Amino acid sequence: MSEKSSKNKISLERIQQIREFSLIGFIIVLSIFVQFRNSNFLTMSNIDDLLTNTAILSILAVGMMMVIITRGIDLSIGATLALSGMVTSMTVSNYPSLHPLVALLIGIFIGLISGAIIGLLVAKFNILPIIATLGMMNVFRGITFLISGGKWVSAYQMSDSFKAISTGSILGINNLILIAIIIYLVFYYFINYTRTGRKIYAVGSSPESAKISGINVDRITWLVYSIMGGLAGLSGVLWVSKFASAQSNTASGYEMNVIAACVIGGVSIAGGEGKVTGLISGVLLYGILENALPMINVSPFWQNAIQGAVILIAVLVSALIKRRIGSSNKIRRED
Amino acid sequence: MVNNSNNGITLNREIKSEKEFSLKKFFFQWEWLLFLIFIAIHIINSQLSPYYLNTYTLLDATMTFLDKAFIALSMTFVIIFGDIDISVGSTIALASVIMAVLYNAGLPMPLAILVCLLVGVIAGFINGILIVKFKELSAVIVTLSTMILYRGIAYIILENQASGGFPMWFNFLGWGYIKTIIPFILVAFIIAAVIFYVLLHKTTFGRKVYAIGNNDVASLFSGVKVDKIKIIVFTLNGLMAAIAALFLTSKMGSTRPNIASGYELDVIAMVVLGGVSTSGGKGRMIGVLLSIFIIGFLRYGLGLVNVPDQVILIVIGILLIFSVMLSNLKLFSNKS
Amino acid sequence: MKKFLISFMVLVSIFMLVGNVTAQEGKYAIIVKNAGNPYNEKEMDGFEKAINEIGGEVILKAPAEPTAESQIIMIEQLITQHVDAIAIAGNDPDALQPALKKAMSRGIKVLSLDSAVNAQSRMVHINQADPEQIGRVQIQAISEMIGGSGQIAVLSATSQAANQNTWIEWMKKELEKPEYDQIELVKVAYGDDLRDKSVSETEALLKSYPDLKGIIAPTTVAIAAAGKVLTDRGLQGEIELTGLGLPSEMAEYIKNGVCDWMYLWNPIDVGYLAGYAAEALVTEKITGNPGETFEAGRLGSKEVIQAGDGTEIMLGAPFRFDKENIDQWKDVY
Repeated sequence: MSEKSSKNKISLERIQQIREFSLIGFIIVLSIFVQFRNSNFLTMSNIDDLLTNTAILSILAVGMMMVIITRGIDLSIGATLALSGMVTSMTVSNYPSLHPLVALLIGIFIGLISGAIIGLLVAKFNILPIIATLGMMNVFRGITFLISGGKWVSAYQMSDSFKAISTGSILGINNLILIAIIIYLVFYYFINYTRTGRKIYAVGSSPESAKISGINVDRITWLVYSIMGGLAGLSGVLWVSKFASAQSNTASGYEMNVIAACVIGGVSIAGGEGKVTGLISGVLLYGILENALPMINVSPFWQNAIQGAVILIAVLVSALIKRRIGSSNKIRRED
Repeated sequence: MVNNSNNGITLNREIKSEKEFSLKKFFFQWEWLLFLIFIAIHIINSQLSPYYLNTYTLLDATMTFLDKAFIALSMTFVIIFGDIDISVGSTIALASVIMAVLYNAGLPMPLAILVCLLVGVIAGFINGILIVKFKELSAVIVTLSTMILYRGIAYIILENQASGGFPMWFNFLGWGYIKTIIPFILVAFIIAAVIFYVLLHKTTFGRKVYAIGNNDVASLFSGVKVDKIKIIVFTLNGLMAAIAALFLTSKMGSTRPNIASGYELDVIAMVVLGGVSTSGGKGRMIGVLLSIFIIGFLRYGLGLVNVPDQVILIVIGILLIFSVMLSNLKLFSNKS
Repeated sequence: MKKFLISFMVLVSIFMLVGNVTAQEGKYAIIVKNAGNPYNEKEMDGFEKAINEIGGEVILKAPAEPTAESQIIMIEQLITQHVDAIAIAGNDPDALQPALKKAMSRGIKVLSLDSAVNAQSRMVHINQADPEQIGRVQIQAISEMIGGSGQIAVLSATSQAANQNTWIEWMKKELEKPEYDQIELVKVAYGDDLRDKSVSETEALLKSYPDLKGIIAPTTVAIAAAGKVLTDRGLQGEIELTGLGLPSEMAEYIKNGVCDWMYLWNPIDVGYLAGYAAEALVTEKITGNPGETFEAGRLGSKEVIQAGDGTEIMLGAPFRFDKENIDQWKDVY
């Protein structure tokens, strides 16, 4: 019994590996194609732009991945991001001498609270994630509008140190990219090497058996949404600092981009499946699409359709590859 | 074959009666709860605005939200499966744009309308076939991709142009009245609602939908053609999106590639507030119908006293969460 | 099911008994493009101010999202409230036609402001500035900035934005003049009024056209996003930027020299003029025919003029914002 399950596990891991490789292969082919059309694509400065612009998406994607692994979904992150960004930038405009780190902490704190509320609704009150987050999305968006009074916080109202959060760099690497890398390292360790991290998978694979084996499912669920909220709060500060403007409709609909990146990265909506390494390639593919399409001079009216087609093809191809390997494994086992 | 389907039906009945045992009370309360909310909203609205409590106003109000409500009818089936379809807004745009372009290219309007419906059917069928053929992909992924793709095609066709100039009679869909006060869209919706009510609750097709939502592996073994039924339901959802496209296009008198954006979330909110569980297998048409009118009248009534849109969104968000929370608490009290 | 039906019937009959609401007089409504945008908020402020001066009741409406669908619902709500006039900044020039026609058929005076609805759906339009002038002046500005030769690009809002599309048409017409032979418009890009997309479109322009000399961005989000990109890369002086933007959003980039000057009109005045025009329509001082004049409060006498197949009232010329005057405007709007 144990032998069999370990065998299955190996094949599952292999499938994921091959899946990731196929996605990376797809990314390489795509990059070469784009490079042919515009030789500026694979230059250091463009790669830097690409990574900087994808950093916020990638931070959000880590949180979303954990949510989706527990069979949930979070539609409220765009609204949480806007709320955190608005509160932080209003604070900064009132207290220009505020240290950027404090600003970051304020944003994370607001996100944490927002996420904790959603986690509470999902874990304690058994409200389905899609309903809880859809409802709270409206609430957060509305609150952002009410506290801002319909006004924006503009570049001139923000201190230079605040704007430097996302424009500054250490060792030539932009802060946003650095923050994203740190977050990936932390969460790679957290998900793969801590007991709590492993429990997230257990809850997603089978909530019932997780409960039986003594895992506090409610606590894990609550934790996952709180982390998601915290990351959305962090992203809110980064967003506002990067674009030097805070609006109440900031990042409206951005949750769909994040979910798309997760899905391309092999995170299964059915729960229990998804790895940080796969996620990186998903985020990267999404970032390349956003970056490359305007560069290869396709008509702007074609951009949507191409984006949709590429996502669909990437998802279908990886499903086919997975299936192929799955069936060849089956044959081998029969031997 | 005959044996199989017999088995299927008996098994479904078993599942159903088992469900009814534990959920009967819950559903009874759930829909009454919705009904109470429905009445409360009318009382509050009529207190707030002197214009609200008026037959004309109430009938006219239905014109503002019934276009998306058509999709809620078929989306109920999709969500009972435990699936979801977020491509409906884009399907509306695509169907509407193709209809307008063909009409302006000289196709007679009745044929253009048929093409519009056909586009919806094809879009829904593509969703269905992809979901069925790629079982490892969930409906969210497939419809997320087609959501971007369908709207993308609409953009390719019409670019930054609008298209319209429809014949006068086409206006009737969105703006016409029967017997001078009853909006045509309300009549059409009631007919559609009755059809979908019967389909879900009075036919073997509906029973199979519940069976799949409860346990699709079990229903597959008991002879339910899961794939076929899923494809039919997604195709139906596409068709209803196209019908919504007709009413919306008529209401706007012209169309653009960016119409109906964000409709999918409105539709999903209508369905889940109606007590249809996104984890599948649960929910009834009557709840969805009540929820459609709750959200619709709430929005309209608050708009009538000029409450800011953002505040209305907060109210709807809280309503969504509290009503579900309340029903969950009741479920607990039943258990204990 | 039966119980529901019976209760529903009872409810309906209750509603039947009540009714007959008397309409109040002097109700003026404005619907702007969407909420949470300072430009639109200021339009509402101006409208409210005008109506307060006149002494009527004012209704301010702003949909959460800038869509025609949500504006249609608001028009229906205003018809139900028996308002006397609706001023609307249309999210779509054509799609509001049936709804606005219904309003006019119920005796409501309809005018558009800022973003016009088509001539059949309104009685008069409040034009913030002549679209021809708005388009041409931006080409003249960029030409002056880049010294009359080089590649330029336009970074617009969404591809569906009616105002922007009209202005871009006029830009293209201005470029046909012989003095701009040396200027080449290489691309019209769309940032969809989203910060992230506007930034990546700007970056793509810089990379795809290394010889790019200037960017015209006729919308606030795009011009501010472009200003941010050019600032971050230290490109002031190398790539010029102009267009239309809110002074508050652009103060930073005008002061640091990325954008030497740009244009806009005063949204408060646009709303204010719409308020007085609405009153003139309601009191039948004007009917929307060319040649009619009315007093628009502190803006003085205004005339209705022919424009295309409809009529409009012109506010004035676009206002130029530069280093000299930006400080006094950045806190206003």
